[in-house]
Amino acid sequence: MLKTLFHDPLRLGLAQAGAAAMAALIVVFLARRRGIHLEKELGIALVRGLIQIVAVGSVLLLLLRAPNWTSIFLLTAMIVAAGATSAGRAKGMPGAFVVSTWAIACGAGSIIALMTLLGVIDTPITTLVPVGSMLIANAMNTNGLALNRLRSDVIAHVGEIETALALGADGKSAVASYVQGSFEASLIPAIDSLRSLGIVWIPGLMAGMLLSGARPLYAAIYQFVVLAMIFASSGLTSLVSTLLIRARVFSSADQLMLRPGAPA
Amino acid sequence: MELSSATHLVNSIALRVDNLGRTVSGKILLENISFSVPPRETVAIVGPSGSGKSTLLRLLNRLDEPTTGTVFLDGVDYRELPPRELRRRIGMVTQRPYLFPGTVADNLQFGPRQREQTLSDTAIERLLGSVGLPDYALRDVANLSGGEAQRVSFARTLANEPEILLLDEPTSALDESSKHGIESLIQTILGKKSDLVPGSDEVQHQPLSCVLVTHDMAQASRLAQYAIALAAGHIVKSGRIEEVFRVEDPVS
Repeated sequence: MLKTLFHDPLRLGLAQAGAAAMAALIVVFLARRRGIHLEKELGIALVRGLIQIVAVGSVLLLLLRAPNWTSIFLLTAMIVAAGATSAGRAKGMPGAFVVSTWAIACGAGSIIALMTLLGVIDTPITTLVPVGSMLIANAMNTNGLALNRLRSDVIAHVGEIETALALGADGKSAVASYVQGSFEASLIPAIDSLRSLGIVWIPGLMAGMLLSGARPLYAAIYQFVVLAMIFASSGLTSLVSTLLIRARVFSSADQLMLRPGAPA
Repeated sequence: MELSSATHLVNSIALRVDNLGRTVSGKILLENISFSVPPRETVAIVGPSGSGKSTLLRLLNRLDEPTTGTVFLDGVDYRELPPRELRRRIGMVTQRPYLFPGTVADNLQFGPRQREQTLSDTAIERLLGSVGLPDYALRDVANLSGGEAQRVSFARTLANEPEILLLDEPTSALDESSKHGIESLIQTILGKKSDLVPGSDEVQHQPLSCVLVTHDMAQASRLAQYAIALAAGHIVKSGRIEEVFRVEDPVS
């Protein structure tokens, strides 16, 4: 229907964005009637999301002719931003930003580098940056989940952890089961995406490739490739971040530094 | 007034607390705490809630870092000992037992396992006998009563063969009947009473030095020889327990 009204692709895009945002606003309205107030948060998120993605679109437009090596700078900036975002999920964790940034750099960065070298990810900036950003974004989510879970588990089990310390355990073994638990929990979304691939959802990348006329079978296989890379980079990120944060939860004298109400 | 007369009454000292203090974000939790624990004697720390009793106990096994002062264990500054060895030698039992999931035996093995040691079945049975829980080794801790769990917690701490025992309100989370049993167990462990379990006469505790935090004055009198009264993070009175608990002259 919108296509008959708008012929200019940019206007069409804005109209489509408006229609999709309208659906989101209806949900806000429904929530409001049940006493749940999302309007401010979602309003800001919608506007912010649109501006950010349009800005990135414009940058990509400019970068179509930029040399491929500039991808490195874009991806690095994304990793730092991802580190800052997921550190916000771990308030009160000592050094959360540094740990998150390092973990995402190790996890997503190494998989991007390896897969680019192997030729799984193409080197043109228009492929490397969007695919890389998918790995970074998923690593960010996983990292946020892992740190958030570890933080709440440690705070909920201060008694058990300090009992272990008081019996002569070191910090590492006192939190081993919580580190394990948060690592596993953080990977549930990545594992479930792989398991339900094609059955529950046809992910964005494949949808995009199909929309732009790629052969369906190749689009399908490449979607699997991307999800497998997402799993690898997320897993590596979560592994690195839980190990790095574990060391920071304790002082050098094996004292638990993270407590309920501890200063952030 | 802050020095314990205990210092002058005994020749040797198991634990000496020297000018200990802790300040967190500008708030003074404890200040200028000095006292000694004589070997095989019990010092009770009493005072209203929020006076710093538990904070002080946590400094004694270095679960928290003192801001000032230090503690000498057998004459050695405890900051020179590896924290894990220090905490093995200064065992702690808290208000709630915080047992680890698994069997009673798993819990008893926890401490020794940290040093790559394993308790023999005989050793486990002996420990369980000494806390009045013979044949409990293979029970799942999830099925224990509050009093039984606290007994396991004592046995778990004793499995580390500590030299000093820190007790933080060890009976206050229990119902009246278990309270009595645990207090009598503490008396046995502290060597003030012969074994409470009939038939396990092999139990031979080396009486331990002990620091007991309690809000129960009567319990303190039953278990301790010395007392330290805290208020707002400072020692207000210390000495032999009968002196500390003597009712003040209302005029002074």
